[in-house]
Amino acid sequence: MMDLDAGVFARSVWLVAEKNMRIYYYRGPVVVFGLLFPFLMFFTYFIGRSLNLIAFFPGFLAMMLFFTSSSVGPLITPWEKREKTYERLLSLPVILESIILGDIAAGAIFGVAITAIVWGVSLALLHLPLTSALVLVVAFILGAIGFAALGTLFASMATDVPSNVMMLSSLVRLPLIFASGIFIPLNQLTGWEFVLTSISPLTYLVDLFHAALTNDAVYPPALDALVLVIIIVIFVLLAKAIQKRNLVKGL
Amino acid sequence: MDAIEADHLCKSFGPVTAVNDVSLAVKEGSVFGFLGPNGAGKTTTIRLLTGVLSPDTGSVWIDGIDIQKNPLAAKLKMGVIPENSTVYGDMTAEQNVLWMARFYGLDRNTRKERTREILRQMGLAERKDDYVRTFSKGMRQRISIACAIVHSPPVLILDEPTTGLDVQSRRLVIETIHHMNETGSTILLTTHNIEEAHALCNTISIIDKGKIIATGSPENLKKTFDTTKYVEVAFAQPVGKDLFVHENISRAERWGDNWRVYTNDPDRVIKFLGAVAEREHLTITSIATSGLSLEEAFVRLTEGA
Repeated sequence: MMDLDAGVFARSVWLVAEKNMRIYYYRGPVVVFGLLFPFLMFFTYFIGRSLNLIAFFPGFLAMMLFFTSSSVGPLITPWEKREKTYERLLSLPVILESIILGDIAAGAIFGVAITAIVWGVSLALLHLPLTSALVLVVAFILGAIGFAALGTLFASMATDVPSNVMMLSSLVRLPLIFASGIFIPLNQLTGWEFVLTSISPLTYLVDLFHAALTNDAVYPPALDALVLVIIIVIFVLLAKAIQKRNLVKGL
Repeated sequence: MDAIEADHLCKSFGPVTAVNDVSLAVKEGSVFGFLGPNGAGKTTTIRLLTGVLSPDTGSVWIDGIDIQKNPLAAKLKMGVIPENSTVYGDMTAEQNVLWMARFYGLDRNTRKERTREILRQMGLAERKDDYVRTFSKGMRQRISIACAIVHSPPVLILDEPTTGLDVQSRRLVIETIHHMNETGSTILLTTHNIEEAHALCNTISIIDKGKIIATGSPENLKKTFDTTKYVEVAFAQPVGKDLFVHENISRAERWGDNWRVYTNDPDRVIKFLGAVAEREHLTITSIATSGLSLEEAFVRLTEGA
């Protein structure tokens, strides 16, 4: 059984997150996949069509949070393995959990910051509705942590080539946005389409934003939140198990 | 008390046994050297000692703290300089040192003061605001060392600290190791440079194929082979290895322009070489006898393992 000093552990998590924010926020893949990509998707879908922006906005916000939160994590571990700083990090007063949580925190903070700005600007310009501030806060927090954890899970694969991880993450993330009720509202889906979207974790974030902004969610907000909590736990445990296995096999 | 203690460490990667039943004890205040050829298991042992990897079996204690059971407390006692000068290229020299200092809980003023002092000591005060990615290998290594000693650790572990460095950087690294030891740190280092190990270390362990095959002071390790000496001979003409076949010669090898002929009876070998030279019409340009150096003891030990 491991004895842990909670203060030293919390400090190590924060310092890892701080380093990630300082180094990785400005990297090309983060800017392209985290910032440009969701906007491009939005404009591709929205421009030239007479769509209801209010009805579409919760999905867009969820997509924005999904892409921004999950774009930092995939880069960190492979990059550090390549630069050999991963070993340095492990020899500092940290444990594997400090690194995983620090990476998740960096991704989540990036996601919340960027998406909150987008929401704030949109609120001011478009006079968007808000039905529950509490649900909105919960959606931001759980969505950001959940998909930052997904990014960290991608980064757990045994490679020191960041582009390999970015490719895998795109391979998973792109199909998810088409099967999560972003472009077609969940309440308009029936049959196998509805079943398919219920498998995607992103669906529950989209639905939670609908509950917060337009009050037209399909599931109860508590259920959406519960599913997001469960996926956070699963992603974190999987990332830890894979990274631990990689360490057993060598760096 | 032992500052570093390892007890029956084993580590395998698939079918490859990298570390095989390694035990060591490094006395407080001493400098311990870990010598071994490439692939002998030095770096894996260091990774086990520093908590980067977990052993399959065995335990490690740093300053009396079990690193498996209490990794954070054990790591707080250590400063580690891994192989390859690993610091963050996208942070400045000062940012690297300050950031790492925060892991050890140094307060703001102490952190700043220690960072300033160490960067000056490492000759990098003028470059403190430059990104490390613009630094040479020697400068990166100095920053790496600065990061490891900023909290004045009781235990300092260095993996190949001088490999590939220019003379000035190497000298600075060695001076720093001496200084840290004089101020109370226990040092464990791995090196390929036997001369350096001889000059720096109180105790040396030689590791080969994952096992420690000898431990002792540099002088004692040399004495292990005291019965073996060599005759170093040079001829004016080129000669082959087949010239050195005699019952008292255990081995012969080229050493620059000379030949080193290993024997337990140098007098008989000298007579033999004189006779051979006369018979083959060769001219001996120099001939001398010597005992084994630490390097030769190392080569003999790792060959025999």
